[in-house]
Amino acid sequence: MPSNNLSTPGHFVADLSDTPIAAIDTIDESEKARSSWSDAWDSMRVRPMFWIATALILVILLVSLFPGLFSHTAPNSGCLLPNGNGGPEAGHPFGFTRQGCDIYSRVIFGTQASVTVGLLATLLVTLFGAIVGALAGYYGGAFDALVSRFGDIFFAIPTILGAIVLMSVLPDRTSITVALVLAIFAWPQIARIMRGAVIAARSSDYVMASTALGVSKLQILVRHVVPNAIAPVIVVATTSLGTFIVAEATLSFLGIGLPPSVMSWGNDISQARTSIQTAPMVLFYPAAALSITVLSFLMLGDVVRDALDPQARARR
Amino acid sequence: MTKEQIMSIPTVADETSAPLLEIRDLQVGFKTQRGFVPAVKGVNITLGAGQTLAIVGESGSGKSTTAQAIINLLPGAGKVTGGQILFEGRDLTKISASEMEQVRGGQIGYVPQDPMSNLNPVWNIGFQVEEAIRANSNLTGKAARARTVEVLQEAGLADAADRLKQYPHQFSGGMRQRVLIGIGLSARPKLLIADEPTSALDVTVQRTILDHLATLTRDYGTSVLFITHDLGLAVERAEQLVVMYKGQVVEAGNAREILANPLHPYTQRLVAAAPSLASRRIQSARRPETTDHMAISDIGASDDTLIARADKREAGVHPDLITVDHLSKIYNIRQRGFGKTELRAVDDVSFSIAKGTTTALVGESGSGKSTVAKLVLQLETISSGSITFDGADVAALKGADLLAFRRRVQPVFQDPYGSLDPVYSVGNTIAEPLMAHKIGDKKSRQARVRELLDQVALPASTINRYPNELSGGQRQRIAVARALALKPDVIVLDEAVSALDVLVQGQILTLLTDLQAELGLTYLFITHDLAVVRLVADNVCVMQKGRIVETAPTDDVFDNPQDQYTQRLLEAIPGAHFAFAR
Repeated sequence: MPSNNLSTPGHFVADLSDTPIAAIDTIDESEKARSSWSDAWDSMRVRPMFWIATALILVILLVSLFPGLFSHTAPNSGCLLPNGNGGPEAGHPFGFTRQGCDIYSRVIFGTQASVTVGLLATLLVTLFGAIVGALAGYYGGAFDALVSRFGDIFFAIPTILGAIVLMSVLPDRTSITVALVLAIFAWPQIARIMRGAVIAARSSDYVMASTALGVSKLQILVRHVVPNAIAPVIVVATTSLGTFIVAEATLSFLGIGLPPSVMSWGNDISQARTSIQTAPMVLFYPAAALSITVLSFLMLGDVVRDALDPQARARR
Repeated sequence: MTKEQIMSIPTVADETSAPLLEIRDLQVGFKTQRGFVPAVKGVNITLGAGQTLAIVGESGSGKSTTAQAIINLLPGAGKVTGGQILFEGRDLTKISASEMEQVRGGQIGYVPQDPMSNLNPVWNIGFQVEEAIRANSNLTGKAARARTVEVLQEAGLADAADRLKQYPHQFSGGMRQRVLIGIGLSARPKLLIADEPTSALDVTVQRTILDHLATLTRDYGTSVLFITHDLGLAVERAEQLVVMYKGQVVEAGNAREILANPLHPYTQRLVAAAPSLASRRIQSARRPETTDHMAISDIGASDDTLIARADKREAGVHPDLITVDHLSKIYNIRQRGFGKTELRAVDDVSFSIAKGTTTALVGESGSGKSTVAKLVLQLETISSGSITFDGADVAALKGADLLAFRRRVQPVFQDPYGSLDPVYSVGNTIAEPLMAHKIGDKKSRQARVRELLDQVALPASTINRYPNELSGGQRQRIAVARALALKPDVIVLDEAVSALDVLVQGQILTLLTDLQAELGLTYLFITHDLAVVRLVADNVCVMQKGRIVETAPTDDVFDNPQDQYTQRLLEAIPGAHFAFAR
């Protein structure tokens, strides 16, 4: 290639070997295909926080499914009053409650109730809220107005307050009823988020393009609108799992969540408060278990939000 | 002259001829997730006092980054990694942040690209201009206010005093850009950087704004650095030209000389692709006769026998496929309280499109051209008048008939970033119309998708990719492929190439022309860009404020425009009469 003999004074032409020109608008076939979901996965994968949170959550799930694997002491048998508020000893690493029960096994066996309520409430809220929100946002009109106002009514009642009222009149208090009651007051939040996201997706160009291609309205909702609107719901759902676990503990603490016969962190914290000055450890362990669980889900929620954040997903 | 020689132009030899701005071997890079990416690689630019220089290039060429580096407005992750930016002999890359604040606005003014987003919507215009004046002078109180009015008047807002209390949303795009120019020039800077100052505006508005800017800068003796993608604008408004490509300067010198006689292959390519009034309709390289018939028999879209079709073609009798008759679309706009006003978006529009031809609908923003497209596509309901497609009244179509109509009339929209669902792979996107119309099984759809990708000149491996990995031009190809999937008769192209760089635009236009020849397609081509029209259209309808003011074959419209508005539009195209090298 001749170098700069094209240049004249006042007219600079770059050396062709320095400025090679590529074909117009080619695709780099060497790079692997990336969907926005695989992008999200890639961005989560490199975060240590994601792995820490996931590992913790896996352990928590394992504990709640098979508590027997982690504790050989049955939580209620072998409670000996002489051991009341006793310190740690061999085989009982966390010490004893006021009733002389092993704290470690109570913490282990209490996991199930907390996690069940958290997962179940999240599942119910997400399913119901997302479906209602999606339909309201997509079809609009009278249905939307009705759902939105109805949701506002529930929104106006603080979840815990509503749950206290409802739980106190329920004859049967189990993990399922607690989850149901929490879901009844919490779904409008998800519904609102879903509705907003659906409205934004509904007016996008690709929806108009699909309409013009002859895709039916319901198909567009299922195939285009929901997949594009679901990300913020996933983020909120992951975060709210922690708050549901806290809510269960709160209700149990107040004595209107799970009955005392059911092992739960909330109940244990409630009982420990009487001996908080003499034996703070009795309070500490169930509270720590609760905090770690909630923190794990919040951490996961945080990583998921960063990965699915619309700004991070923007044109790259 | 080598690069080194250019760089060593003496700076202190002669006071008067010393350059105002001299960029030497500038390097700028961005920190990204995938490491450090260089954006500007050794750029040299020299701009004398009172001169006007334009940097042209495609998106991603580093032209805006170069301009932003001068006044240190690089976005967060950007950093100058080498070279010098000498402004009146002072290296701007070395000065402190507070010194830079003195330079910015005071000595170097800046006019940003988008007048819609560069004024703060919560403050009134007077406040925002006054803010700039206070920052760059020691005027306060009444004096500053008086200067504000003066600045706005100079920028071309005659009733400036009355408009100070108004907010940006009460101003049109052109007026907002005047305000931004006013702010940029308020402190009488020695250099004004105008980054695509009129790209978001209509051509007629662009013309008046640029004329005004030229007058002001000439009066004040301000040097101007234009950043633009528009070669016509560059040759019309600038004496000096710098062509950038992939972060490097490929050619620099006198604007007219370069565009009349480009020497670097990239510049040659760019100049060849620039649409201008001197352009001619793109002719397809593919042979229409044979392929046309094959394609038609393949589609089975026509009832005519091949011979009958051939006869018609020879006789030049194209049957009208779409007839638009006295079409109107009225929107009711809610007003304060319960009142309503009517907006006639489309007002008594009539035209027809012959089979196998391209009709362009041209107009500025608000002319109703996109509404016509939506009406033709039946995405909006018609207020009055009628649209007939292949003998059937489009408005009356329902159910299966509407589905059949959708199958035959396909759209390609303007924004290649918005019209493809980001969570769908390319394969699924193109296959969607086939699925919606329940055509074929999974395997035959896959085969058809590959065939379509080949038709739009994309590799088959694209099938697994997602829209976010593709460029604007590639996305638009996908949109064209999707539109072709059902073997339609008509494609409605709504500003389909407006968002693309000129080279990519040329590529897509050639592709469309080839496909038309090959498949006998009929196009309704909606655009604001008259120069593009000349490249693709057989007939043109010029729209203004919802009405068609002129309908004629393309060459007649360009060579002998009848309507005043058409004449004005043609006159406003930048560099319209400059003979680019071909």
